[in-house]
Amino acid sequence: MNTSSNAVPDAFQAQSVPINSLPPTHAFYWSLRRELWEFRSIYLAPLIASALFLFGFLISLMHLPSRTRGIAALDPVQQQKAILSPYHMAAGLLMLVTLIVGVFYCLDALYGERRDRSILFWKSLPVSDLTAVLSKASIPFVVLPVIGFSLTVILQLIMLVLSSIVLAASGFAPALLWSNLSFFRSSFLLLYHLVTVHVIWHAPFYAWFLLISAWARRAPFLWAILPPLFVAVLERAAFNTNYFAFFLLHRAYGGAEAIPPPHSMPMDPMTHLTFAHYLTSPGLWLGLLATAAFLAAAVRLRRHQSPV
Amino acid sequence: MSVIEARALRKSYGNTLALDGLNLQLDEGRILGLIGPNGAGKTTALHAVLGLTPYQGQLRVLGCDPWTQRDHLMRDVSFIADVALLPRWIRVSQLLDFVAGVHPRFERSKAESFLSKTSITLDRKVRQLSKGMVTQLHLAIVMAIDARLLVLDEPTLGLDILFRKQFYDSLLNDYFDRSRTIIITTHQVEEVQDVLTDVMFIDRGRIVFSCSMDDFESRYSELLTNPDNVPAARALKPIHERHALGRVLFLFDGVDRAQLAALGDVRTPGLADLFVAIIGSRSDRAAQAQGAPQ
Repeated sequence: MNTSSNAVPDAFQAQSVPINSLPPTHAFYWSLRRELWEFRSIYLAPLIASALFLFGFLISLMHLPSRTRGIAALDPVQQQKAILSPYHMAAGLLMLVTLIVGVFYCLDALYGERRDRSILFWKSLPVSDLTAVLSKASIPFVVLPVIGFSLTVILQLIMLVLSSIVLAASGFAPALLWSNLSFFRSSFLLLYHLVTVHVIWHAPFYAWFLLISAWARRAPFLWAILPPLFVAVLERAAFNTNYFAFFLLHRAYGGAEAIPPPHSMPMDPMTHLTFAHYLTSPGLWLGLLATAAFLAAAVRLRRHQSPV
Repeated sequence: MSVIEARALRKSYGNTLALDGLNLQLDEGRILGLIGPNGAGKTTALHAVLGLTPYQGQLRVLGCDPWTQRDHLMRDVSFIADVALLPRWIRVSQLLDFVAGVHPRFERSKAESFLSKTSITLDRKVRQLSKGMVTQLHLAIVMAIDARLLVLDEPTLGLDILFRKQFYDSLLNDYFDRSRTIIITTHQVEEVQDVLTDVMFIDRGRIVFSCSMDDFESRYSELLTNPDNVPAARALKPIHERHALGRVLFLFDGVDRAQLAALGDVRTPGLADLFVAIIGSRSDRAAQAQGAPQ
């Protein structure tokens, strides 16, 4: 650590020249764009997954008329379930893909730049470590959920329109489809689910991965996964209990506080939302506290660490 | 006016002292060569100046504490290390976009006009460029930044002699003016000798020699003489003596050249020779000191 700056004569201070600076948001904006240049999988992986899913859905459209005939005979609850299932699948697929991309992105975000020594170049520019880490953190916290949400909505809209056309062409009234599916409500519920669970409830995981990425000198994936696993194994062996493992799993499944488990799919009716319960659960606030602590440690580490 | 002012700078890695009370002062408009053997603390000293590493002691760079004000300081300081610094995945155009986006003193058109004189095109990725081209690219960016201090840490490592010459020519002709300051560390001492205005030797974390190039040329002389003249030359207290191809080379500090000319050929020594004389004798003494108790 350096000595206090008070020890320096005032003459030095006077030398610093006023700078017509760019707004600080500028550095953040370009740092964020930089991440998207480097990690193109952030948008390519969800795009490819959507395209593949749509392709599969197109093939399944051939059987849609015959399937609809079968569905029409079911009772209303079963009927709704059967009709909504491909739409849930599209949403679930994009959640899974953005989750995987987010985890691997975070593990590499602060490790890769040290491994290829480019951190020395990034640090030779007037961008603070805080800005750099926050721009990286905003990938799993903002960019991926926005991409996931938008693609899901677009995908579901295309599916809905195609299904309606196919049904109409084969002499069915699309009403069966539309009466069971309220598009705006389901989109709102999806957004609610993404924000409360995938962003806020899972935030400590992403922050932990970023922290390990800033700290590890090699194999950040192993450092992120194995120590928690060892703790769980040790607890099991020593006390024959599973508190730590349950704690992590509960966090990973998460969102029970936001949407009760039996109705955890994002298309469930809004009456099941328990937002007040969610806001008052200590787990939410402890998780956010842990997130802040992990990110602060990551900023500090980025300042101190040299290339590996 | 001082660009860098370091007093009693210390930095240790475990038990190793990388900087051992280093004192350094550098004024505006100078080109300083910081020369030292491997592991002497050159890179550590530069990293301290750039705010890349914490340290003990006092350090002011352009009036800032580099460790706590790095992002602020980097508006006025540019840095090139050896060629592996630029991220390999980035496109040249993206690199220019990014620097233009975050750096208030970057003039994109300057960088582009410099690049147009090279074979680097904007759509290439850094990984597709040769080592020499990556250095040209980095130099193009740095020269387009209106910085007050430029730090070069082994900037031409691994480049062929044509690139190295071109690098220093561009730096002197297109970049340097009397309001800028440059620090260079390099092992290719001979190549920078004509570029520098000042030179410092660093050894074991301390500055052991510091001199302006003007003083260097008037103070130091090299005498090439026959073995017969050795006693006469030794009487003038040379700081270094070396035998080569049947003749003897002496290095003198502050001895009148007319006096030396009587003994043989006299010329201005290379920095490399002075470096060997000063650092070499230090190493010998250190070796003796370590060997003494046995």
